[in-house]
Amino acid sequence: MNKLEVKNISKSFDGNRVLNDISIELNQGELVCLLGVSGGGKTTLFNIISGLLSPDNGQVLLDGKDITNQPGHTSYMLQKDLLLPYRTIEDNAALPLLLKGEKKKEARMQVSPLFEQFGLEGTQKKYPAQLSGGMRQRAALLRTYMFSKDVALLDEPFSALDTITKSSMHKWYLSVMEQIQLSTLFITHDIDEAILISDRIYLLSGSLGEITGEIIIKEPKPRRDDFNLTEEFLEYKRKILSLL
Amino acid sequence: MLPSPIEVMQAFVSELPLLLENSVITLQEAFIGLFLGVSVGFCAAVLMDTFDILYKAFYPLLIITQTIPSVAIAPLLVLWFGYEMTPKIVLIVISTFFPVTVGLLDGFRSADKDAIGLLRSMGAGCLQIFRYIKFPSALPQLFSGLRIAAAYSVVGAVISEWLGGFGGLGVYMTRVKKAFAFDKMFAVIFLISAISLALMALVGFTEKKCMPYRNIDNKGEKI
Ligand SMILES: Nc1ncnc2c1ncn2[C@@H]1O[C@H](COP(=O)(O)OP(=O)(O)OP(=O)(O)O)[C@@H](O)[C@H]1O
Ligand SMILES: [Mg+2]
Repeated sequence: MNKLEVKNISKSFDGNRVLNDISIELNQGELVCLLGVSGGGKTTLFNIISGLLSPDNGQVLLDGKDITNQPGHTSYMLQKDLLLPYRTIEDNAALPLLLKGEKKKEARMQVSPLFEQFGLEGTQKKYPAQLSGGMRQRAALLRTYMFSKDVALLDEPFSALDTITKSSMHKWYLSVMEQIQLSTLFITHDIDEAILISDRIYLLSGSLGEITGEIIIKEPKPRRDDFNLTEEFLEYKRKILSLL
Repeated sequence: MLPSPIEVMQAFVSELPLLLENSVITLQEAFIGLFLGVSVGFCAAVLMDTFDILYKAFYPLLIITQTIPSVAIAPLLVLWFGYEMTPKIVLIVISTFFPVTVGLLDGFRSADKDAIGLLRSMGAGCLQIFRYIKFPSALPQLFSGLRIAAAYSVVGAVISEWLGGFGGLGVYMTRVKKAFAFDKMFAVIFLISAISLALMALVGFTEKKCMPYRNIDNKGEKI
């Protein structure tokens, strides 16, 4: 069965159709990417899936159960890092645990071993304003991780990282996904990134608000280091560019 | 008519025991009034932020209460509540809750909508959103309001003491006025403004302690 199923979602803002009859699905353990031009409605779709926004039409199903308009079922990393400026990084990362009612001390103890893994060692007691853009993004990712639902929605999670950090984050993320049985839907503008880490890619057209293509990346995982230099990679890229 | 600074100093020193005795009374009124005023202001802001109907109904009324000068209602309060502490505290509450309410309302509204969305996406309820987003976002405005309220509380206490009472710096002031003791008059004026300043500094100190993240400059270094 599909882990997550998005059925016939439509959404307009003041008469402007942003999403038009969108249906996508996400299988258990899959990493699926949503690729589309800026302003195409990708974030809007995530807001609907996460239950923050109600669609004009359509349904969101998680494990077959209707979760339309119900927040709290998916781990959602929003496009902005939204670290709270008045909390230290560790208290920001621990926020999902505090919301579940855990004690501050225990919550901190649970997050602190993860700082190294996320490349954030030494930042526990700092405030968001003292971190670089990339570090803030990783802190936001850590916070999303702490919410630990089995479906993650990531809105451009790695956009503020340099190429080298990005590729090590990719490797790390893929291994985490495997370990904790995570399924991920994620948004990017970066076509290379999409081909490198996705199992499937949906192309979202900006003007129509529709899914205009679905591309399956057949290359097995974990992918070889030079996959982005191969002819197949270029072939995928050409196909995507022609469909966008 | 205008005493020299030295005369004022001398008056201050010679009257010190009396001044202190009366300051205690005034400060007591100011603190109780400020505490109640801030509590009322806080509750009013939370209610008005939560229920838009209350905001629409009471915000204009609130503004109107502020256009009535406190000197004008003080005699009424004395007639209603007598010469004890009650009318003084009522006056201080009336003049201090407003800056707190307005500051907090502004602060609650300045909370980042996306941050609220983030918490909702994690299944947070209203109280949690208040605790983790709205209240901390409103802290800077709360402290601006508090600073004004602290100054008003002392002035309010003195004004209400003018109109009747058994002790306090206001009562002392009317007494020295009747005796045309200008040096003592100036001494007490300086004392009152020093007390106001000290209270405001106390608020400023608490503010720094409560918001350590504000002591970071734009290079991200702690000052
Ligand atoms: N709350 C809203 N009210 C009105 N219009 C909105 C709202 N949210 C989004 N829109 C509009 O919907 C369209 C899609 O926005 P959305 O944020 O989903 O795009 P996006 O694909 O995420 O873009 P980007 O890649 O730049 O993040 C935009 O034209 C935007 O102006
Ligand atoms: Mg977006």
